[in-house]
Amino acid sequence: MSRDVAVLGVGMHPWGKWGRPFTRYGVAAARAALADAGLDWRDVGLVVGADTVRGGYPGHVAGAAFAQALGWQGARVASVYAACASGAQALDTARAHILAGLVDTALVVGADAAPKGFFAPAGGDRPDDPDWLRFRVLGATNPTYFGLYARRRMALHGDTPEDFARVKVKNAAAGAANPLARYRTPVTAAQVAASPVVADPLRLLDVCATSDGGAAVVLSSLDFARRRATADPVRIRAVSTVTPVYPRTVPDLPDIATDSALAVAPPEPAAGFRSAVVRAAYEEAGIGPEDLDLAEVYDLSTALELDWYEDLGLCPPGGAVKLLRDGATALGGRIPVNPSGGLSSFGEAVPAQALAQVCELTWQVRGLSGPRQVAGARVGVTANQGLFGHGSSVVVIR
Amino acid sequence: MTRSRKPVVAGWFTQDPAEGGGFRLIGTRCRGCGAVFFPREDHACRNPACDGAEGDLEEVPLSRRGRVWSYTDARYRPPAPYVSDPARPWEPYALVAVELTAERMIVLGQAAPGTGVADLAVGMEVELVPGVLHEDAEHVWTTWHWRPVGGGR
Repeated sequence: MSRDVAVLGVGMHPWGKWGRPFTRYGVAAARAALADAGLDWRDVGLVVGADTVRGGYPGHVAGAAFAQALGWQGARVASVYAACASGAQALDTARAHILAGLVDTALVVGADAAPKGFFAPAGGDRPDDPDWLRFRVLGATNPTYFGLYARRRMALHGDTPEDFARVKVKNAAAGAANPLARYRTPVTAAQVAASPVVADPLRLLDVCATSDGGAAVVLSSLDFARRRATADPVRIRAVSTVTPVYPRTVPDLPDIATDSALAVAPPEPAAGFRSAVVRAAYEEAGIGPEDLDLAEVYDLSTALELDWYEDLGLCPPGGAVKLLRDGATALGGRIPVNPSGGLSSFGEAVPAQALAQVCELTWQVRGLSGPRQVAGARVGVTANQGLFGHGSSVVVIR
Repeated sequence: MTRSRKPVVAGWFTQDPAEGGGFRLIGTRCRGCGAVFFPREDHACRNPACDGAEGDLEEVPLSRRGRVWSYTDARYRPPAPYVSDPARPWEPYALVAVELTAERMIVLGQAAPGTGVADLAVGMEVELVPGVLHEDAEHVWTTWHWRPVGGGR
């Protein structure tokens, strides 16, 4: 039995710093996805919201907030929070409902209105929260961890800050061709080098911004899609939402230390959690990296995009810079990565971002991406991870 | 009135370096499987293959020296709950991820004052030293720092 679900429609509200309530972005994205699907909102069986957290709790519980804004119609509702992985978890919740036969159709929505500057934990004196502790004890922001990874690449593989800048130049070129991106101006290596250092060796233009935006996906069962005479629907073939395996031996936010590998040897391969997240998606989809036409990865920093090349298995460990320099991951290359422009061009709108990745893959495999189109794209993967150990990887196939 | 010294988190490192053994980070070790935890795990072993009983963990001082796994710095003022005086110009500090050989784990920490990224290298040996995170009217808030052995390169 096929475990695919159909992507009937996708939609986004452009990313930016619009200063409006997040529900508006979510509703705009939802209406666009429903129109794309040709589905009446009143016929949606389930609405799943990727939660928007304010003040340390999902202040507006997203699923119901979007349902109310669209007009209560009595659908089943679910709301999930998994930080940056929220969108993938929301998608997986919808998929599970459909595959279990509980509903025929589901609307998945994520939207955010991000505060300016560094992400920070909720206030108060909360020493039981690792995310609070890393700020209190170390002042370790998210870019702190990105800086550690970048420096590690330089020491291990000989990557240079100029290589990191190349990632920005590549993604900015793609983003310039994307009307949904927040930053749509080409960037030069000299501009990256002239931007201030945030977390050595990373500069401001190496690190992604925080943005407002909204994304939505309408899913259905394959039977439902066929009944509507959608002959060759885009399908979601895998959603990986795995946790790490003990012991986790690479430092990761928000933790101040890794697990100890004293009692148990680290799992193989030792590449770590990110590659395990992707491997689980490949296994579920029955594909490997050689089957990919494109990928959308979480380039929270330029250097982290290079880590993802290796975690996706596009090249052996240490081979990412060669792939980049050869142009393989640029538009027109062998395996374009972040043809949307990536977080580099969007900035992160946390609960919307993993869904935005799926929107981009859907447009790409439909062949509707205009100047950003990856020729002949049929198979794509997204890769991402959420704070505290939430895996997020989705395989989209047509 | 003298301000009292107070650890930024109770129980994570030795309070008084004058006590025997010098300044050390304090972790816990599972009596069942030997897994080590820092920050300390006092409730139950987190090795999924361990069938040790709840609470069967003992305090253990961590290695005083390790090798730099990676490093970076904070060029901008981190947000609260990090404490800094907004009236004073921001002074960047370095952050170090240190690999402890005996414990087979990596522990982050701020570098000792005066140690910047130019003084650090991956693989360099560093040692744990007591440090001050910040001071207020009542307390001198203490923490741990990493410092290159022999003063760096």
